[in-house]
Amino acid sequence: MARFLLLLLLVSIAVFMLLELIPGDPVDALVPEGATPEMREQVRELYGLNDPLLQRYASWLGGVLQGDFGRSFQTRLPVAEAIAERAPVSLELAVLAMVVALAISVPVGVWSAYRPGGWVDRVATLVTSATLATPSFVLGILLVYVFGVQLKVLPILGWVPFSQDPVQHFSHLVLPVLTLAAGECVLFTRLLRGDMLATLQQDHVLSARARGLPTWRILARHALRQSSFSLVTVSGVVIGRLIGGTVIVESIFSLPGMGSLVVNAIISRDFIVVQSVVLLTALIYLLMNTLVDLTYPLLDPRVRKATS
Amino acid sequence: MSVGMRVDRVNGMAESSPPATLLEVRELKVWFDTSRGMVRAVDGVDLSLRPGETLGVVGESGSGKSVLSRAIMKILAPSARVLRGSEIRLNGIDLSTVSPKQNKHLWGVDLAMVFQDPMTSLTPVVTIGKQLTETLRFHLGLDREQAKAEAIRLLTLVGIPEPAKRFHQYPHNLSGGMRQRVTIALAISCSPKLLIADEPTTALDVTVQHQILNLLQELQAKSGMGMILITHDLGVVAGRTDSIAVMYAGRVVERAPTRRLFSHMRHPYTRALIDAIPRLTDPSHTRLASIPGRPAVIVDPPPGCSFAPRCPSAQERCLHETPALQITADAPDHTAACFFPIGTPAGDAARRSNAEAGVTAAGTRVAQEVS
Repeated sequence: MARFLLLLLLVSIAVFMLLELIPGDPVDALVPEGATPEMREQVRELYGLNDPLLQRYASWLGGVLQGDFGRSFQTRLPVAEAIAERAPVSLELAVLAMVVALAISVPVGVWSAYRPGGWVDRVATLVTSATLATPSFVLGILLVYVFGVQLKVLPILGWVPFSQDPVQHFSHLVLPVLTLAAGECVLFTRLLRGDMLATLQQDHVLSARARGLPTWRILARHALRQSSFSLVTVSGVVIGRLIGGTVIVESIFSLPGMGSLVVNAIISRDFIVVQSVVLLTALIYLLMNTLVDLTYPLLDPRVRKATS
Repeated sequence: MSVGMRVDRVNGMAESSPPATLLEVRELKVWFDTSRGMVRAVDGVDLSLRPGETLGVVGESGSGKSVLSRAIMKILAPSARVLRGSEIRLNGIDLSTVSPKQNKHLWGVDLAMVFQDPMTSLTPVVTIGKQLTETLRFHLGLDREQAKAEAIRLLTLVGIPEPAKRFHQYPHNLSGGMRQRVTIALAISCSPKLLIADEPTTALDVTVQHQILNLLQELQAKSGMGMILITHDLGVVAGRTDSIAVMYAGRVVERAPTRRLFSHMRHPYTRALIDAIPRLTDPSHTRLASIPGRPAVIVDPPPGCSFAPRCPSAQERCLHETPALQITADAPDHTAACFFPIGTPAGDAARRSNAEAGVTAAGTRVAQEVS
């Protein structure tokens, strides 16, 4: 826990310093074009940009700890509000993409390891290679073309809040979620297949087979759990990345997520927004990794012994 | 309550007239398709076992004994091919015609196996109790409570102290010997008719080896199951088996009742194995006897006896013809695959002439024999 907090503190310092070091003056974003030096100075004073570095950091951190991320230079709205508006979109996208990716990759990975060279394995290898070679923007546009333009079965763009129309809400999510899930699905399937192949070679799997246990039980109970370490580890990183925002997919489908928020902020030098989003993303990463660490002992009792 | 009491319930096998043989293996050939060629891991093995009998299968690493056991258990690697004409019958049922899917309660119930390394043959992430109860519940249809009681009874039976506590523990909480007791409990949990123990003591301390072998013998005596004891150590099978099959390069080269094998071995390979056992009566610093050369290459083997290159009795004929397993002149239950069997005039002459020449027909150097 202490390590967790220390890491978070270091991240906050790094985030703060990073933006200090970026060339360009945030005042440019704040004042209208052709402003006089006096006006600029006034604005500097107003936003506390002339205070010593440490003081600025302390006041920013103090605010953050109380849930006050400051106000956007650009919109003058509280940053917390902007994030609260965008985060659910990214969160939902991320969670759905993870669920879809795992729901496909776990059975496919397990079965292609159980029957290497079988038809499931060969089809999976073909599809994963093809997907690996396709960048997500190409895949997204392809999906839009096929399902949105040609077949006209799914809406192409935009976001409908769940409260407004649940059916529309989900049908708008299908294509972006598929686009996001495809890449992760490939990664997960490969990881799981590799680890499962190694586990299935082990004596205890042979011994379970010799006991005449049904195949699904051997795969699920005697092989999958030990083979899922890499999958769990990578899942933690992936979900952190997905929640932090997926710029490309959000722009293709024009979704109001964290990715588009942060991109706009960077373009308009809205440093305070960038700071907050990066800090939040770091927090999510740390949380996910801690969660992953906590699952290891559940997966393997031998880890439990070593850590307790 | 004895282990054998539930035999009647096992999957509706014809119990009316039990066949004289429990296991019958005929012309079993298991080849592996590898990049180097066809590996003839098991190349024409015939075996039979009566109910309650113990058969020792002895051979060096790579002689095909583990593949033999896995073929019977149907747990061969996907690259293995069981050749046409191979036959494995358990109580008259041809195992090649039924799959584990068709007969869910044959493998694991009538047929069970103990593996070599107890450190790796138990699933590390599942408690011992769970591994036992899942087997019991799947095969015998016991409910949770019954299965637990039976599991604890089995753990007690194989000599595990504090079985109720061990029930909830994971394999890594137990020592090697204790783990092998657990794997034995697993193997006998559904009262098998045949137990295959594939080098069950190789991975264990010498002191524990005896306990495990005694346990197996004891369980067998109680339940009347047949047992195949696979080992590379003749010492292990010496006092514990009814008969012994010696395997070399995927074939059985000699088969005889245990006592007879040790006193009247016919195959030079058997003799070499027995000579390799160190004796306490030898003076200190006696060089351990070894077999020259290395185990035969079984990838596309050339014709001839596969042991010929290492055999002190090898003659011209051994290099061109493959000897078949034949009944020896003096005992119908003793077979050997050798043209010049030890203890026959031809065999003794072959050995003597090689010793005098200092070299065999295969070009292997032999020392003058002391005896």
